[in-house]
Amino acid sequence: MTGLEVSHVSYRYGARKALDDVSFSVEAGRFCALFGPNGAGKSTLFALLTRLIVTGEGRIRIGGFDIARTPRAALARIGVVFQQQTLDLDMTVRRNLTYFAGLHGLSGRSAAEAIDAALAQLGMAERADEQVRALNGGHRRRMEIARALVHRPEILLLDEPTVGLDAASRQAITDHVHLLAERGLAVLWATHLVDEIQAADQVVVLHRGKVLSNGTAGDLAGGQGDVRGLAKAFLSMTAEGREVPA
Amino acid sequence: MKAWLTAFVVIVTRENLRFVRQRGRFLSALVRPLVWLVVFAAGFRAALGVSIIPPYQTYITYDVYILPGLCGMIQLFNGMQSSLSLVYDQEMGSMRLLLTSPLPRWWLLFSKLASGVIVSILQVAAFLAIAALAGTTTPLVGYIAVVPALVLSGLMLGAFGLVISSTVRQLENFAGVMNFVIFPMFFLSSALYPLWKMAESSPLLRDICALNPFTHAVELIRFALYGKLDLTALLWVSACFVLFMLAALWGYEPARAMLRAKA
Repeated sequence: MTGLEVSHVSYRYGARKALDDVSFSVEAGRFCALFGPNGAGKSTLFALLTRLIVTGEGRIRIGGFDIARTPRAALARIGVVFQQQTLDLDMTVRRNLTYFAGLHGLSGRSAAEAIDAALAQLGMAERADEQVRALNGGHRRRMEIARALVHRPEILLLDEPTVGLDAASRQAITDHVHLLAERGLAVLWATHLVDEIQAADQVVVLHRGKVLSNGTAGDLAGGQGDVRGLAKAFLSMTAEGREVPA
Repeated sequence: MKAWLTAFVVIVTRENLRFVRQRGRFLSALVRPLVWLVVFAAGFRAALGVSIIPPYQTYITYDVYILPGLCGMIQLFNGMQSSLSLVYDQEMGSMRLLLTSPLPRWWLLFSKLASGVIVSILQVAAFLAIAALAGTTTPLVGYIAVVPALVLSGLMLGAFGLVISSTVRQLENFAGVMNFVIFPMFFLSSALYPLWKMAESSPLLRDICALNPFTHAVELIRFALYGKLDLTALLWVSACFVLFMLAALWGYEPARAMLRAKA
């Protein structure tokens, strides 16, 4: 399959197990919310998906490429937005994106075209020559998403991308990324905020390093299909000392 | 291969733009050795006599003697400054972005290192030009022959900086590096006094200086400034570069950093 496939992945920090037999997949054109409270293992999973760390337990395939066996091919197919902003504030938007494009081997005209297309996709074209320092939080995040799209990835990973943003910016960014999924990207969106999830989205619930549930948001909400229903379902699953089978 | 070169170019461009923006860094990089050259060397010129030792073929004044050491000093401080920016990158998360590139990690780190070396060579060139205007010169051939020596010594000192920065968790801890690493490394070398002079006061001190990789970087530069090659220094500096680079690659394993953060 194309998209993302995580099979029986485990990871330990010393004696502590951060991920325990995690399996799920995200197909092209799907928006998948990786839902979990703080400490659930989301950031560890993202570090594994971006090969910042490696594990000998389980398998990760990205765009059909095994990240352990063909890391370069797999990484070339991923766009990442980290939780922590990773921008050079004293450079322009375009220069930041040019740097990133270069890290993926794009230069000259092909890089310029890819940057223009990515910025246009996020409605940031007119801000290309502004210094990042002059942008507000929402625009900086949009710029990071545009940057993650420059090398035309098949999978977009976003680790709690709306942290610290106001409600309007959060909504705009969530809508934008849903649109990207509709256009064919496989999106994995880590969050602990239920209002960022739509009824048709795939939701993987991660708690204490284990997948508790994997299905659509509508199914998870038990037919209620709204934010309150989802919140209730998540709370019951992730309540202290209780585990609900997937 | 084109992708490798492209990544190299953007990393070097970014570091150089950063350097150009930080005018204070450029000025302090120049002022520090110039103060040593103009004030320190002038004071010691009368007190210290330097006999004829290779690569010199005649008696030299003290300012001429310390010129290569001050070039090394620029590179030593720049190596640390570059690695300081890596600690900053680690704290700000930019390092993660760099390491998610589909290119080999060693190449990305090497590109970072090379960008620092280019900056240091520009600093040394500016310093040598000002020193020449102030009357401290070296044979013309030396100005060209010193470039490859500066590349190698810059790589070695930059890799050393990488090793140090991979062990420093926070920017705040970096002040300690200045006191416990840079200053001893500079003073326990042949940058300010020839080793035979050092041996007169303490043979042990001389031996310590002879084992200091910075001593060999200075000697490599010193001989190159006279169009000559110090083979021993070349071997020392090359071996230390390989050793430090391997240690830096080990130190920059993100899994280790995450383990430390979770500990």
